[in-house]
Amino acid sequence: MCGIAGLFLKDQRLAPELGGLLSGMLEALSDRGPDSAGFAIYGDGDAGQIKLTLRAAPSFDFAELMASLGKVAGALIAYQVYDTHAVISIATDREAVIAAALVGMKDVDMVARGKRMAVFKEVGLPADVAKRFGLSAMSGTHAVGHTRMATESAVTTNGAHPFTTGTDQCLVHNGSLSNHNDVRRELIRQGMTFRTENDSEVAAGYISSQMAAGASLQDAMTSSLSALDGFYTFVIGTESGFGVLRDPIACKPAVMAETDRWVAFGTEYRALVDLPGIDVAKVWEPEPAKVYLWERH
Amino acid sequence: MPTVDLASSPLRELNGALHKLTPNTNETHWTVTNPRGQHNIAVGLDFPVEIDIDGHVGYYCAGMNKQARVTVRGNAGQGVAENMMSGRVHVTGDASQAAGASGNGGLLVIDGNASARCGISMKGIDIVVKGSVGHLSAFMAQAGKLVVLGDAGEALGDSIYEAQLFVRGTVTSLGADCVEKPLRDEHKVELKKLLDDAGVEGVSPDEFRRYGSARKLYHFHIDNVGSY
Repeated sequence: MCGIAGLFLKDQRLAPELGGLLSGMLEALSDRGPDSAGFAIYGDGDAGQIKLTLRAAPSFDFAELMASLGKVAGALIAYQVYDTHAVISIATDREAVIAAALVGMKDVDMVARGKRMAVFKEVGLPADVAKRFGLSAMSGTHAVGHTRMATESAVTTNGAHPFTTGTDQCLVHNGSLSNHNDVRRELIRQGMTFRTENDSEVAAGYISSQMAAGASLQDAMTSSLSALDGFYTFVIGTESGFGVLRDPIACKPAVMAETDRWVAFGTEYRALVDLPGIDVAKVWEPEPAKVYLWERH
Repeated sequence: MPTVDLASSPLRELNGALHKLTPNTNETHWTVTNPRGQHNIAVGLDFPVEIDIDGHVGYYCAGMNKQARVTVRGNAGQGVAENMMSGRVHVTGDASQAAGASGNGGLLVIDGNASARCGISMKGIDIVVKGSVGHLSAFMAQAGKLVVLGDAGEALGDSIYEAQLFVRGTVTSLGADCVEKPLRDEHKVELKKLLDDAGVEGVSPDEFRRYGSARKLYHFHIDNVGSY
């Protein structure tokens, strides 16, 4: 099972509604993935700044952490707390000292890095997870979300999607890969690190490694068709891109819809029914082994 | 002429009401609004009633249908008209995977495209797709006719038994034991009737090619062991 919801806005006047729309989409996919949920939101970015998403144990004192990080960085840290997560925004030249200070810290972990992307995920029903993080109030240009029914690894926050393995890059997956151990070993040999034993994290890592080597998102998705074996529907986010790919056998369901204001992906059409203008949207099933990609310019 | 709005009325109530109909019912034409992609709409019907569904439906719409005529004015999710016994199901948009799967009888008409595994394991249903069908369509198809006005994807008719396949466009590849066969006059007559029943105009049976079983695989023969 598992459910995927993705939304890419063409009309930026919808930006303030992005989180609210995604929240509804995720909730509609609850019975496909009731054990955990997560999402990546691509919001505003400031030149020279980087966003780091931190995740901590429940009731962690983020204020205390930020005060100590502020001393290390020699500046006040701008941050916002979202339940077990916090997103800090810092000048890129301060990032190294902050990252170094976070290494080895108990109960808190840096889980995502992006100029515009922040990633939130937790164990629980999708509607509860969305509410805990205040998803409805979030705005941005595009978002990728997932509701999980675990098959390949344990129900943990780390095992929830999206997986992010590169700056502003995230991937959600419905399916199961059969050669992930092989691919993971190769990527580790190339210097990549993984947080989990999860097959989907390997898919994210593969895309990131291809892009780090200079491939475009289009090319990275195309080469994953031969590199990754198994069942998958992927939705992938980058700073400016939104990609969809299904395995050649198309084992996992997928529906897309598009209007002149947005492009949306849903594992089932039920996830799309409340999008504005869905009645006049072009609705279709993405073809197997075909790369679908939208980019902001 | 009952109208059921699924935005305000539970699906179980609709299906329950349809199952309680009697053979002499006067409520022979139902309209269903706001299906919003719900699964299992109008499944298990067993009376000659008409059901008009105004919008996109989810999985298994009109599954196990007997006698009823169900029209989906939109797209259908996986397994539309699966295991249909008789009657007619018409999708005005596209259908997802496994349309008409295991169908025993009746007619399924899809105005748009059907994706993978259309007519998988069909056992007597007739299916007319005005667009194209995806890969592995008519997989292990046993009986009935699949008519495709557009193209067919990879491995058409893989491990086919006695179903007949008619494709007007290109076939990416034929599956194991599926071969092209001559389109004889008796096939053209059957095909013409199906095209008429499906409301297809201006298309001649001569434009199709016929595919079916080479009958080499479905009785085990040691010489074919490499093909299994």
